[in-house]
Amino acid sequence: MHRFANPARFLRMSTAIFPWIAALTAICIGAGLYLALFASPPDYQQGESVRIMYVHVPAAWMALFVYTLIAVASGIALVWKHPLAHVAAKAASPIGACFTFIALVSGSLWGKPMWGTWWVWDARLTSVLILFFLYLGHMALMNAFEDSSRGERAAAILALVGFVNVPIIKFSVDWWNTLHQPASVMRLGGPTIDPAMLRPLLLMAVGFTAFFFTVLILRMRAELIARKIRIARMARVHGEPEWTRAAPGGAA
Amino acid sequence: MSRFALIVAHELKLAFRQGGGASLALGFFVLAGALFPLGIGPEPGILSRIAAGVVFVTALLATMLSLERLFQGDFEDGSLDLLALSPLPLEAVVLAKCLANWLLAGLPLLFAAPLLALILHLRSDGLITLFAAMLLATPTLSLVGAIGAALTVGARRGGVLLSLLVLPLFIPVLIFAVAAVDAATQDLSARSALLALGGFLAAALPLAPWAAAGALRQALE
Repeated sequence: MHRFANPARFLRMSTAIFPWIAALTAICIGAGLYLALFASPPDYQQGESVRIMYVHVPAAWMALFVYTLIAVASGIALVWKHPLAHVAAKAASPIGACFTFIALVSGSLWGKPMWGTWWVWDARLTSVLILFFLYLGHMALMNAFEDSSRGERAAAILALVGFVNVPIIKFSVDWWNTLHQPASVMRLGGPTIDPAMLRPLLLMAVGFTAFFFTVLILRMRAELIARKIRIARMARVHGEPEWTRAAPGGAA
Repeated sequence: MSRFALIVAHELKLAFRQGGGASLALGFFVLAGALFPLGIGPEPGILSRIAAGVVFVTALLATMLSLERLFQGDFEDGSLDLLALSPLPLEAVVLAKCLANWLLAGLPLLFAAPLLALILHLRSDGLITLFAAMLLATPTLSLVGAIGAALTVGARRGGVLLSLLVLPLFIPVLIFAVAAVDAATQDLSARSALLALGGFLAAALPLAPWAAAGALRQALE
């Protein structure tokens, strides 16, 4: 794992991966949207409103996936002092918050015609709302300190504490009797959803995941560059540091 | 006296010598609870329906307000460094601080809660369950809140940030505490909700001091 701790190596690798993953995003979301909006049948009960599901479900999956990724990155950062893990957690948090927000809003738009209400306080919706607040707290804590590395470490602990919510969200539909429907894709005994609907859903899920990694790479690169700029500025303010003076010409 | 008891005694002494002590959180609790009948109207039917929720939401806010200074004062005057250097593990220090916080902020709420519930017209068969739920819930709030307090030590606008971090984590406690009282007033068994509250406390008792001590170490690094 320490092979990847080198930011310069990360920048090189991400440059190589970036066009492929961006292309994968475009293809999967493009094909997924076409299948979801035109080529898939309307539901026998829900009619055309079922098409909201193709955005809602992948967004909700991503909301959980991104938080899990942040928690794993935070654990790695705290245990092995991995410098890139903090950068990854910091870069992923706003993206995850956006996915959570999309899941909440699209669910609300679907709920109005289907359940007759924008919002119900059942276990799944409430726990996803808590997840959204956890994302906001994570982002706020990250930026709350003069010393940014202190904020990163505090946010990492918060991410690990908040991780208890993830299994609660996943299993809330099984543990409690909720208005939100139980899992129909990732369940024991295979999916109960029709292949004509499963195909665009999975395409969208792959597309959303690829999209997340595309944006994550962009944001991590931006963060690394911002750090370089900050260090360069500090060096200018405090005068040139020792190590540049030691080498004549200062080309280090 | 053991070091653990010394820290608890020290906290209590500080709180009483500074004046106010336990009464501030208590005053907030009663006053905020009394605002609801003024805002919603004095109709007993509505009030008795929302009484449990009002009691626990105000208890939760009162606990949160008491948490802001849990580590901040010690951090500013440097005694947190000394506590971290003491032979007592930092986890035990956090636990002692939580116990002191609960004695000062949680325990008074425990005894004020039935009174507040009475003026909110909670059905009298829910009072014992309310007391039991408060007894199980308030230590959990102090413990979980300590994580937030430790994370925001030295932060800009720590108080507002603390509420953003801690309130989402308080929600499960709130849900099960209110569910217990609601079950009791509707002549159902409150047992499962109370067991869940006990489970939260049993989980928070070892895990919260551990996480909070980790956060404090990061702050002192």
